[in-house]
Amino acid sequence: MTVTEPNPTDTTPVELVTLTIDDVEVSVPKGTLVIRAAELIGTEIPRFCDHPLLAPVGACRQCLVEIPDAGNGRGMPKPQASCTIEVAPGMVVRTQVTSPVAEKAQEGMLEFLLANHPLDCPVCDKGGECPLQNQSLSHGASESRFIETKRLFPKPLPLSSNVLLDRERCVLCQRCTRFQSEIAGDPFIALLERGAQQQIGIAPDVPFGSYFSGNTIQICPVGALTSADYRFRSRPFDLISVPSVSEHDACGSAIRVDHRRGKVMRRLAGDDPEVNEEWITDKDRFAFTWSRQADRLTTPLVRNPATGELEPTSWPGALAVAARGLAAAAGKAVLTGGRLTVEDAYAYAKFARVALGTNNIDFRARPTSKEETEFLAAKVAGTPVDVTFADLERATAVVLVGLEPEDEAGTLFLRLRKASRQGVQVFALGTHTTRGLTKMNGTLVPTVPGQEAAALAELAVSPGTIILAGERLATIPGALSAVATKATESGARWAWVPRRAGDRSALDAGCLPNLLPGARPVASAEARADAAADWGVPSLPDEVGLDTDAIIAAAASGELGALVVAGVDVDDLADPALARDALRSVDFLVSLEVRASAVTALADVVLPVAPPVEKAGTFINWEGRQRPFHQVLIDAPALTDVRVLAGIAEELGRPIGIRTTAEAAAEWRELGPWDGKRIVFRGRKPAAAKTAAGKVVAGRVVLDTWKQLIDGGRLQDGADFLRQTAREPVLRASEATLTACGVQPGQRATLTGPSGSASFIAEAAFMPEGVVWAPTNSGVHLGAALGVAHGGRVSLTGGER
Amino acid sequence: MSTLKETLWDPVAGFGVTFRTMFKKPVTEKYPFEKVPTAPRFHGRHQLNRWPDGLEKCVGCELCAWACPADAIYVEGASNTEDERFSPGERYGRVYQINYLRCILCGLCIEACPTRALTMTNEYELADDNRAALIYEKDDLLAPLLPGMLEPPHEMLISDDHHDYYRGKSLPIVETTSGPETAS
Repeated sequence: MTVTEPNPTDTTPVELVTLTIDDVEVSVPKGTLVIRAAELIGTEIPRFCDHPLLAPVGACRQCLVEIPDAGNGRGMPKPQASCTIEVAPGMVVRTQVTSPVAEKAQEGMLEFLLANHPLDCPVCDKGGECPLQNQSLSHGASESRFIETKRLFPKPLPLSSNVLLDRERCVLCQRCTRFQSEIAGDPFIALLERGAQQQIGIAPDVPFGSYFSGNTIQICPVGALTSADYRFRSRPFDLISVPSVSEHDACGSAIRVDHRRGKVMRRLAGDDPEVNEEWITDKDRFAFTWSRQADRLTTPLVRNPATGELEPTSWPGALAVAARGLAAAAGKAVLTGGRLTVEDAYAYAKFARVALGTNNIDFRARPTSKEETEFLAAKVAGTPVDVTFADLERATAVVLVGLEPEDEAGTLFLRLRKASRQGVQVFALGTHTTRGLTKMNGTLVPTVPGQEAAALAELAVSPGTIILAGERLATIPGALSAVATKATESGARWAWVPRRAGDRSALDAGCLPNLLPGARPVASAEARADAAADWGVPSLPDEVGLDTDAIIAAAASGELGALVVAGVDVDDLADPALARDALRSVDFLVSLEVRASAVTALADVVLPVAPPVEKAGTFINWEGRQRPFHQVLIDAPALTDVRVLAGIAEELGRPIGIRTTAEAAAEWRELGPWDGKRIVFRGRKPAAAKTAAGKVVAGRVVLDTWKQLIDGGRLQDGADFLRQTAREPVLRASEATLTACGVQPGQRATLTGPSGSASFIAEAAFMPEGVVWAPTNSGVHLGAALGVAHGGRVSLTGGER
Repeated sequence: MSTLKETLWDPVAGFGVTFRTMFKKPVTEKYPFEKVPTAPRFHGRHQLNRWPDGLEKCVGCELCAWACPADAIYVEGASNTEDERFSPGERYGRVYQINYLRCILCGLCIEACPTRALTMTNEYELADDNRAALIYEKDDLLAPLLPGMLEPPHEMLISDDHHDYYRGKSLPIVETTSGPETAS
């Protein structure tokens, strides 16, 4: 459990209170609960409802202690719940250790709790890690006096497709309902009925639709809440637990991976007070089956020139073919995708420069801009940790620009919600008040996509403010410049929050056309010489390379002879149709992938690599914090990207000098951040506000879009129960906009772009006119279907096309 | 240096034992021609039991595998579906293997079983000439179908409530004239 650490920057001295627990005098900060003060002297008082991150409630009554003196000379007449009583000077507390009264009270409470608790521990998921089991053993009576029939409920009761409830096992501690109302802000479960029939339940027509519902399963002190995925699959003592880091977003949430017989059985939230506290999103928890789907690549594949089919080949053979093809090609480029660890990303960065001799490398598998490239290189890459999760709680206000934290960085959302409950104001520059913003008690600054820069410039920002900029700003001219300007002008701090776990890692490892590892500018001869000396090569390519969009364009037009592509989903790119063309028309395509994809289908050589669960590595989260993790499945035979790239480089005769993750990490750390002159960010002027913005012109509207947390992403494949909890994909626009385009709210409406159309159920929302919102990848991928990204223009019509 | 006693008397005494034994009842059993019944609670080969309607008692909980000191049991559970039901309740043992090369017939698995699905028979003839034949699969271990039992998968015939199975409710007795029939 999390013990809230004293804040190092807090200089106010803590007022201490001295009390006596079990005849031991102890001084604790004022406001400490008796149950925690007892922990400090090594006495564990049994408890179920008490949780350090939830408000005290005293629901289970298990933590009864005797208080002969409440600090005022008078004692409490009856045993008291120690989880709700704050310490007082001179207080005398007797726990079960010294007080027979407390011991008998606790034993009696346990007997009551067990009266209706089924004796199905042998087949219960929680058996073996169950606080009720443990505390019955340590504090309960050895024999039950209860011989009557126990209360029965039908079970399991599905609260959602993910979370199942066994009401018979519930001890009504309310940890789940309190978590949902206090932390997640989705109070979909509550106590129903009274007396012996009191039970946890949901409203009949509203399922437990929360992005954070899995946390309730973990904090349930009995086996009442179980996960559909894990139910009856294993027992705690079967499992090998390995601490790890989630690969689903840029928060770097600590997780615990439990595996058995070479298969991951479940994932739990890790405990990291600095980052995710004890909470993770359902995606972090349940989406882990993607790497063992049927389309997992296990052997290298090489396209047979005679038949045109991919055929399994040996590793040496495939590496040799890859090296031959790359050596023969004229122009080369590398697309790494945003899911790599810093070690793997570093290997790609070095491979591109040393083995391929090019700066054509980009990690961004999404719409980009020159402005963003420069911004990231100048302002983000290689910078030390500045804004942290904890800083958000201490800020005066937080401004979200182009970022929907609930969908794009769930753990960040929870921390922002915690901050907002402590009085931090949250402002969001967006088109409408999302559910996440409502839960953060936030204020919407209505902004038409494309006008973010102007809206931010007008916003009054105080020096204690933190601005969080999302990756969607890449396509909005001037938006990132406005963030930088605003921060400088107002003294506010800011952070760039990407969506993918490996985005920041790749940036720091130098997977950018204008940047070498450690934020060394390609254009600087000094920086190049520094890296070249470290790598033991005479020189490095001095020309700034092509970015993602330029690489795709160059490959499509035949200027590039070979592409090396890692985990890239073609649909995520700015122009998926052009990207497919590019992959098809490029002479030689090498794909390093975990599973078969649109890229591997077109590749000449496919080299299977390990997913995060089968390798060690380090992600760098949005704060810039390094989040190292160990290999979970140690017997997995898959090779890391580093090893595969080293193999190709050796075949090319230009070795990259690193073969393992550890070597890559050591070399990257040794190289370190650049202490010379950084790239200067010049900033861009925002595009002149078009008169058309905020109006419907001939049925054409501005598209606002982002990916929802649970959607069609490939990293959720196989997590079917999770997918069923996804939010209904709807299209939102203001009533006036819908009317102007001839759309009835509640009916289907169609968005049409240059490459096609997509239809959704329309929903009226309070939004600026001429703007429509739709999820990027829920059911249909807008990038592929429409060919339009965030901020682009689409036409909106009623009905289905 | 042998003494007189060793040279003369000891051979005679030895043959004396032989001679006396000739008049005693022999203890040798004529196995395998005559098979002597074991003690009633002898730990022999395992059996996976069935409910009276033929559904399996095993719920795939793997506690037997956990109790086994010789690591001889391998279980994989799976969920019953509406179309394919092997046991009352939610889960059944999809894979059940006991490796008799490892099993020491100690019976700890029997004690661990929460549904009395696993018990031991008195069958002790567990020898073979190859490894594979000594890893008993679920088919080898399942109890034979008694009259009134149906081979799973089939729906719950005794009651729609799986608790009734555990409470010991049985099928209504139906008089049959020829062969086993099911009560519906």
